[in-house]
Amino acid sequence: MSSAVRFEQVTKQYGEFEALKGISFDIEEGAFFGLLGPNGAGKSTLINAMSGLLVPSSGSIKVHGHDVIQDYRQARRLLGLVPQELISDPFFNIRQLLELQSGYFGIKGQQQKLWIDELLERLALSDKVDSITNELSGGMKRRVLIAMALVHKPQVLVLDEPTAGVDVDLRHTLWEFAKELHQKGHTIILTTHYLDEAEALCEKVAIMQRGEVKALDTTSELLSTHPFRYVRVAVEDGSGPLSESLQSRLVESDASGYLFKLEKELGMSDMLGMIHQSGIAVKDIRSRDASLEEVFMALTGAAQA
Amino acid sequence: MMEFNFAGCWALFVKEVKRFYSVVVQTVFAPVVSTLLYLLVFGQVIDTQIEVFSGLSYSQFLIPGLVMMAILQNAFSNTSSSLIQSKMHGNLTFALLSPISPLEFYLAFIGASVIRGLAVGVGILLIGILGFDLSVDSPAWVLLFAVLSAAMMGGLGMLAGILSDKYDQLAAFQNFIIMPLTFLSGVFYSIHALPEIWQTVSHFNPFFYMVDGFRYGFFAQSDVAASLSLWVTLAFLVLISAINLILLNKGVKIRK
Repeated sequence: MSSAVRFEQVTKQYGEFEALKGISFDIEEGAFFGLLGPNGAGKSTLINAMSGLLVPSSGSIKVHGHDVIQDYRQARRLLGLVPQELISDPFFNIRQLLELQSGYFGIKGQQQKLWIDELLERLALSDKVDSITNELSGGMKRRVLIAMALVHKPQVLVLDEPTAGVDVDLRHTLWEFAKELHQKGHTIILTTHYLDEAEALCEKVAIMQRGEVKALDTTSELLSTHPFRYVRVAVEDGSGPLSESLQSRLVESDASGYLFKLEKELGMSDMLGMIHQSGIAVKDIRSRDASLEEVFMALTGAAQA
Repeated sequence: MMEFNFAGCWALFVKEVKRFYSVVVQTVFAPVVSTLLYLLVFGQVIDTQIEVFSGLSYSQFLIPGLVMMAILQNAFSNTSSSLIQSKMHGNLTFALLSPISPLEFYLAFIGASVIRGLAVGVGILLIGILGFDLSVDSPAWVLLFAVLSAAMMGGLGMLAGILSDKYDQLAAFQNFIIMPLTFLSGVFYSIHALPEIWQTVSHFNPFFYMVDGFRYGFFAQSDVAASLSLWVTLAFLVLISAINLILLNKGVKIRK
């Protein structure tokens, strides 16, 4: 499958600070791709470089084979960005903004009007078309940004923290819309701090930290290669102290019990043996594989240490 | 062959015109009224005492200068305030994400600044023609100077807008550079009335050539040769445009 986006040795330098340290990877056409990382990892810098909002210090980025610097017109026609920051315009209402944005891309006519109407309807903005963005709530502004990003029907849609600060309803609407676009063949690139969202939606993820890619794989592969599984043990009141072997595997504890991480090569019988050795009065035991959040913490936390 | 996104450039131009038109009282009517106050105060008080050019009242001499001053200040304001506001609100992003080239971006902004400059200038000029019996010797020359000067100031406004990160930086540019240069450009006087040293200094002020050349279109009289004024105005327009295009191409302070 060909690349929707190709990063080759992309760097971005701000004085002494290296925000991107030679990023190289491909995002396949039609993928639902997650770009994850803690604050300051370089995700937005990479996305902004891809969208033309900043100029990388070196390296190249291609969108469907079009260089974002040399062939920026074609690259931008293929890319739609929902930026992280909420943007407002005090002079124009929503419909005018969408029509102006269409104009920048040289798109007009009845078909475009119909597409704008469809976007407004799908994003529940139809009753706000005459409002200016300054009058809207944060969630509504986010919807406008999504409509602006989609107005030229881009092949690649980049969502930079789209659900930050939005209510459950919008989050649900947004993901349904994103999934629908993905099913229609669009490439979706998502950054989010909600790792459960990334786990549920993204087929492949890159985990970034301090301007570097720490991990890049399919979500299922990342989860399966994680060396631990997690065992929640609910206990009766008055259980005694943990044995040393359990203590070393303890992730967290609360009034109802403990969460342990268990090496995958160990079986449940080993775990039961350790519990028995500690003399804990067990009410319930549940085992599960690692979540993306745990994989993320292991990768980024280990690197920070 | 080099592509020109005419539709995108036009859309951005229309957006910039609509932007100032949506607050037309502030952007057009108010400058017309405040400029006419100069005419009222200076014109009425000094009219009978000074004859700058032979056969002309002071008010008649003053009006073209005031028109040009208003054109210069408003063309500057249009690009500079639009850019800084767009940077502050973040909506500059929309244009930056589109397939509009630096040249198209520049032309759209400059075009809108020329329209605003001319709108204010025409308002003042109409009152001058109707109320002060002002005649125009060469309308084409007047229009040429108005457009070139507005474009140059629109470019200067864009430069200020690009380089400023905050409103007070822009205000400093406006108050410490643009205002003194416009007020000391011969709007209110002929530089021949000045001491020799100030006459020499005035020749280093590019705005002087714009005012003087513009005035030539009305009276066929000027302080320096009209062709010199034209060349200086053109040279500054080319210089400012080149600087802007270099900055826009590099993305200085815009594509961070």
